[in-house]
Amino acid sequence: MKQTPKPGLTLDHGALDGLMPMHLALDSTGQIVSVGATLRKVLPHGVGPGLNFFDLFQVRRPGRVQTLEQLCPPQGQKISVMLRLGEQPMFRGAAVPLADAKGVLLNLSFGAGVLEAVRRFHLTESDFAPTDLTMEMLYLVEVKSILTEDLRRTNARLEGETSQARADALTDPLTGLQNRRSLEQTLDKLIETRMPFALMHLDLDFFKIVNDNLGHAAGDFVLQQVAKILLAETRDSDLVVRVGGDEFVLVLPALVSSPKLRAIAQRIINQISRPILFEGQACTISASIGITVSKNYQLATAAEMQADADMALYASKRAGRGRVRLFQSLLPKQA
Amino acid sequence: MHGLVNRALGYFTRDTYGEAAWGAVLWHAKLADFNFDNLSNQKPGVTDQLVRAISEVLDRPRESLLEDMGNYLVSHPNCQPLRRLLRFGGAGFIDFLFSLDELPDRTRLALPDFHLPDFHLYEIGDDRFTLTVDGRLCGIGHLLVGLLRALADDYGALATIEHEGRVAAGESVLITVHEHGFAKGQKFDLTPEGATG
Repeated sequence: MKQTPKPGLTLDHGALDGLMPMHLALDSTGQIVSVGATLRKVLPHGVGPGLNFFDLFQVRRPGRVQTLEQLCPPQGQKISVMLRLGEQPMFRGAAVPLADAKGVLLNLSFGAGVLEAVRRFHLTESDFAPTDLTMEMLYLVEVKSILTEDLRRTNARLEGETSQARADALTDPLTGLQNRRSLEQTLDKLIETRMPFALMHLDLDFFKIVNDNLGHAAGDFVLQQVAKILLAETRDSDLVVRVGGDEFVLVLPALVSSPKLRAIAQRIINQISRPILFEGQACTISASIGITVSKNYQLATAAEMQADADMALYASKRAGRGRVRLFQSLLPKQA
Repeated sequence: MHGLVNRALGYFTRDTYGEAAWGAVLWHAKLADFNFDNLSNQKPGVTDQLVRAISEVLDRPRESLLEDMGNYLVSHPNCQPLRRLLRFGGAGFIDFLFSLDELPDRTRLALPDFHLPDFHLYEIGDDRFTLTVDGRLCGIGHLLVGLLRALADDYGALATIEHEGRVAAGESVLITVHEHGFAKGQKFDLTPEGATG
C-alpha cells in the first residue's frame, strides 16, 4: 500500500508567537527569519531577522554541530545553545526541521536560569506561553522563601526560649544564684576533668531568729543580701549555689591552698556578720563554713566531698558559730 | 483550619489592636496555652473560636471584623509577601479574579495540607462577576470583600464589591469592575528585590 503524506501545518508569525514566545525560526541557510516576542526582550539589541544563527549562537548540545541538519537531533532530544557574545543565559529547548527542508524551528526556554532571567529582563506573566508552568514555579519559590524566613524566625525564638528555660532550670528564683542541679553538673564536670577545686559549705547562723521575729519578707531580703556578698567575695569562675533554706555551697576551681581558703571564708563571715538593715530594722546574722578540697581524695566523688564539707560545717557550728573548719583539720594527724 | 489561618488571625489582631488585645482574645477563647507554631492541621474548631473571641473582646461585629482582616491581608506592610502571592494570579484585576478558581490548587502545590475553601467565579455580564465560596468559615465572604477591595486598589482598578449574602453552597460576593486602569496601582515584579536564581 502506498502511504499518502499528510499535509504540513502552516502558521503565521503572530500565531507562532502566541504559542511559542521564545521561538527562533531559521531558513535553509541558517538565516534567522523570526524571533519570538519574549526572546526579543532577552537577546541583545539588533539581533533579529537577517543574521545567521551560527554567527550568534554556540551550540552546546548536541556536540560538534556544523550544519543545520545536525542541529535537529533525530529522536527529538533537547538541545542547548548560548550566545557567543555577552553574559546571556544558556537556553534549552527543542529544534525541529520545517517541512520540505525549508529550515529549522527552535523553541527555547530558560531552564533552571528562569528566576535570574525574570529578574534581569523584567519579564511578566504575559511573556510566558499560557501552557508554561513558570508562573507556578515562581509562585512556589515565593512560598518557599516566605516559609523559610518564617521558620528561621520561629527557630530563633524557640532557641531563645530554650536557653531561658535552661537558665531558669539552673537558678534559684529568689537570689538568682545557681541551684542544686547546677551544682551537680559543675561537680561532675570538675571531677571528670580532674581539675583541683575547693568545696565550701556555708550555713547562716541566727537566720531563724530573723525569720521568726521580723517575718519572711525580712528573711528573703537577708538571703538576697547574703547572695550579693557571696558573689562579691568570689571570682567569676567560682560557682555560688543556694542549696536550700539558708544553706549555700561555693565551688572554687583551681583553689586548694588552705590559708587562702581560710582567708576567703573569714572575709565572707565578716561581711555577713555586719547588720543588714531591713525597713529600718537591723538583722544580725552570721555564718558557719566547712571546707574540703579535691586533693584530699584519691578518687573524689561529689557525694563524699559534700558529706565531708558538711561534717566540717557542723564542726564549725559546734565550735561556736561564725567559724571556718577545713575537713582535713578534723582528721587525726598522720604520723 | 490550617495553622497558618490561626496565625494570620493573630498577626491581624496584634498589628491592628496591639499585643494586649491578642492576649485578651486568647484568654477569652481559653486558648492561652495553644501552640500556634505547629502549622500542621489543627483542631477544626480553633479558627471559629478565635474569630468569635476577637469579635467579643473587641466588641466588633463579625462581618466588619472579617472585612478589615481581608483588607489587612493585602494592604498591611507586614503582609507584603501574601500580597505578592495573590498578585501572581494575573497581570490585571480581571485576570486575578479568574485565577481564584486555581488558587486552592496552587496553594496545595506549595502546602499539601492547606485546603483553602473552593472559589467559583461566574461572569454574569460585562465586567460583572459573582464569586461564590464554600461556607466552612462563617463570614468568609466578608473577608473576601475586604481582600478584593484592597486588591482592586492594588491593581489600580475601579470596582465595587459587595457581599450578596448566603447561598446554598456558602457565601456570594458581587463584583463590578468599572475601569481597569483607573489609577496607577502598586508596583509588582515577579521576583522580589535582590533575589537571584
